[in-house]
Amino acid sequence: MSAPISVKQRLQISRQAMPEQAADERNHNFGEVNLGFTEQLALLEADRCLRCRDPRCINGCPVAVNIPRFIDLLSAGDVAGAAHSLLGDNTLPAVTGRVCPQETQCEAECVRGAKGLPVAIGYLERFVADWARQHADQLPVAKPAPTGKKVAIVGSGPAGLTAAGDLARLGHDVTVFEALHKPGGVLLYGIPEFRLPKQIVDQEVERLKQAGVKIECNVIVGRTYTLPELRAQFDAVFIANGAGLPVFMNVPGENLKGVYSANEYLTRVNLMAAYEFPKADTPVLVGRRVAVVGGGNVAMDSVRTAKRMGAERAFIVYRRGKEELPARLEEVHHAESEGVEFELLTAPVEVLGNAQKWVTGLRCVRMALGEPDASGRRRPVPVAGSEFVIECDQVIVAIGTRANPLLTATCPDLKLNRHGNIEVDERGMTSVPGVFAGGDIVRGAATVILAMGDGKRAAQTIHEYLMPAMTKPVNGEGAAASLCAAVAGDRVHSL
Amino acid sequence: MHTILAKTQLSPNVTRLEVAAPRIAQIRQPGQFVIVHRCAGAERIPLTVADADPAAGSITLVIQAVGKSTRDLVAMEPGEAIQDVAGPLGRPTELITSGHALCVGGGVGTAVVHPIAQGLHRNGARVTSIIGGRSKEWVIFENELRRFGEVVVCTDDGSYGRRGFVTDAAREALAAGGIDVVYAVGPVPMMRAVAELTRPLHVHTIVSLNPVMVDGTGMCGGCRVEVGGETRFACVDGPEFDGHQVDFALLADRLSAYRDFEQKANACAEETCRIGRH
Ligand SMILES: Cc1cc2nc3c(=O)[nH]c(=O)nc-3n(C[C@H](O)[C@H](O)[C@H](O)COP(=O)(O)OP(=O)(O)OC[C@H]3O[C@@H](n4cnc5c(N)ncnc54)[C@H](O)[C@@H]3O)c2cc1C
Ligand SMILES: Cc1cc2nc3c(=O)[nH]c(=O)nc-3n(C[C@H](O)[C@H](O)[C@H](O)COP(=O)(O)OP(=O)(O)OC[C@H]3O[C@@H](n4cnc5c(N)ncnc54)[C@H](O)[C@@H]3O)c2cc1C
Ligand code: SF4
Ligand code: SF4
Ligand code: FES
Repeated sequence: MSAPISVKQRLQISRQAMPEQAADERNHNFGEVNLGFTEQLALLEADRCLRCRDPRCINGCPVAVNIPRFIDLLSAGDVAGAAHSLLGDNTLPAVTGRVCPQETQCEAECVRGAKGLPVAIGYLERFVADWARQHADQLPVAKPAPTGKKVAIVGSGPAGLTAAGDLARLGHDVTVFEALHKPGGVLLYGIPEFRLPKQIVDQEVERLKQAGVKIECNVIVGRTYTLPELRAQFDAVFIANGAGLPVFMNVPGENLKGVYSANEYLTRVNLMAAYEFPKADTPVLVGRRVAVVGGGNVAMDSVRTAKRMGAERAFIVYRRGKEELPARLEEVHHAESEGVEFELLTAPVEVLGNAQKWVTGLRCVRMALGEPDASGRRRPVPVAGSEFVIECDQVIVAIGTRANPLLTATCPDLKLNRHGNIEVDERGMTSVPGVFAGGDIVRGAATVILAMGDGKRAAQTIHEYLMPAMTKPVNGEGAAASLCAAVAGDRVHSL
Repeated sequence: MHTILAKTQLSPNVTRLEVAAPRIAQIRQPGQFVIVHRCAGAERIPLTVADADPAAGSITLVIQAVGKSTRDLVAMEPGEAIQDVAGPLGRPTELITSGHALCVGGGVGTAVVHPIAQGLHRNGARVTSIIGGRSKEWVIFENELRRFGEVVVCTDDGSYGRRGFVTDAAREALAAGGIDVVYAVGPVPMMRAVAELTRPLHVHTIVSLNPVMVDGTGMCGGCRVEVGGETRFACVDGPEFDGHQVDFALLADRLSAYRDFEQKANACAEETCRIGRH
């Protein structure tokens, strides 16, 4: 343990940089870009945290990770303690440490950001979480007494996995139904290996299985089973089927060969390992010049994947300016240093093709920012006479996803909003009693940590719904039972 | 895991597999398909549920070996297991409950027509099937279809049934009148030809489209087709559509997108075979 250091000393340490693969090397391989802090870097960075009495960083985290607590334990040399603390607040820290938009969440609130750079909370979270993955034996799995209640979870993305873990730890018999042949949701088929190694997702799923969670793949709820059928067989249902319906641009030429939705492109490469073709059987068209439409994480993942697949030039085509790019800052920086070209304030109007119906270009128009729209961002308006063509042989559309109606269409009782997302009350319950929902299917395309937050809350409210006698104090006896549950919950959460 | 319970060779390149899939066997309806993923590293490919035996918990897949994935599947033997079978997917066929339906099947499309004819027959509709192949040995599912009504067999070379294409026989059947609806499944040019036959006659015509698919749940958009000028996802909105509205040229074109890869996959597979033999 190191000697206590003063605030002044803490303030003198500058933010540690994340070691990463060199840009001109990594844009040719699928290995992880960020290599992770060494222990030395982690301890230095941890020393930067001021251990604020009123830690604002926690307010910035959607699941309220107790940031100074885990950082303090880490500094004290108690990595196991830090891991216990972190995992109690956040079930998938190895994932969120890598993919959370920290600069708009925890790190945005960190006091050190007011003057200089905030504490690298995400990097520290990743460090502790990676330690925990390598020392899983030191983090025992809770074996709670079975409650005899059965819960079905639809979808194995971050919302479903988080709810499954929490419900299992509360003693419920949990089955996750997943449409694809492997669990993980967007973490598996969407976010690429170079940002989130699939091994991490596999390990998390393995941990859930050890905790007793059953996972049934190849079950499409709405087809293989309807929601009412699940409801009849289980005491509660949590719907976390994501926002898996790609939005297209609705411009001429969009069905030419060489136009992909980001979902299809990334699924082929990530889930089906098309980059290994012909070792893997699934092919993916390889573009020499690739235009990716959109400016979010999905667009950055697509464009950087295209580079890695061998594109000589790869473009981001985004209708607003650089400040407005919704992607994580780090991804934008990484994309830039990997040689991605940005066509900002640019909107596509037509995909051009040749006689054989292959893509040859993307006709675009320049945009200017006008009055603020409903979202408060300035609305892009086309500049007359500014049309030009980006020559390309591949176009990847990454302008968003919507609620997939496959499941909701088979259960008319389920109340939807006008975008087709499921409506829930403050407890996360849908209009069908006993059926809860969370993640992207409720919020529209959002973030991993918000989906996890929904999963966590749903697990709690499902528990209360299933065990009212234990969780709702009505008289003396009930209060005692509720206390038991709280204690049990606490024990469970600190593991 | 989905064990292969039985295997039959139906024609020189069409194989029938009975595959354990109890839930799908119970609930599948005409027109629906499954996504099959043979093992890690394999493609996910769509195959129609040609028949099912709910008591035995098995479904029938009828597979035409055209490329690497279908060839790998038909090389499997009873006792071996397919890793993933997901479904049933797609919208069930719109079936009439009375009147006269003409079912036209070309090649392996005949197996896709089978559950449709089965459903029509069960509903009480009159069924006439027109099926075809290059020559006698390529004709499949004739006996099965006879259980539901009259069957007209056509062969290109006249070695069995009548000589000519299924479209010739369909033209005659339509000319005779009394056909309320046509279901046509087969190669794209055949479905297009049947749709062109029925268009001037205003006979409702349903075709089953076979674009390249990945997930089969509406997530990727890879299976998009144009129907009535609108983009639709065949895996969730179809695979069956009004044949008079379908853009067949686009479908045929999109099906050619991976031709170079297919050749590479085939070449590579043959290479492995050769190496394997030495
Ligand atoms: C390419 C990409 C990059 C992203 N990058 C980031 C990032 O860096 N940071 C961040 O915070 N967020 C990111 N996001 C967003 C984030 O991944 C999502 O908000 C999050 O995954 C939503 O979680 P979920 O559990 O609601 O749904 P999903 O992760 O979408 O999981 C839903 C699961 O349900 C399954 N399913 C769907 N329908 C059915 C059905 N009918 N029956 C059974 N199963 C079904 C799906 O197959 C899927 O596995 C990214 C998204 C994408 C696509
Ligand atoms: C809803 C649906 C149901 C289907 N049902 C059946 C079925 O019951 N039995 C069956 O044998 N096949 C069926 N198919 C077609 C089958 O999925 C394809 O033949 C298969 O994916 C080809 O894979 P491959 O690797 O063997 O061949 P590839 O190497 O991918 O292709 C070889 C050749 O087949 C053509 N081809 C590729 N994909 C398709 C396709 N989807 N349809 C037609 N031709 C294609 C290619 O253009 C190429 O010429 C169905 C397709 C759909 C969409
Ligand atoms: S979960 Fe995300 S927002 Fe919360 S502390 Fe970790 S990185 Fe920050
Ligand atoms: S706000 Fe920043 S300095 Fe303060 S406790 Fe949180 S991470 Fe540490
Ligand atoms: S196969 Fe992906 S949307 Fe139809």
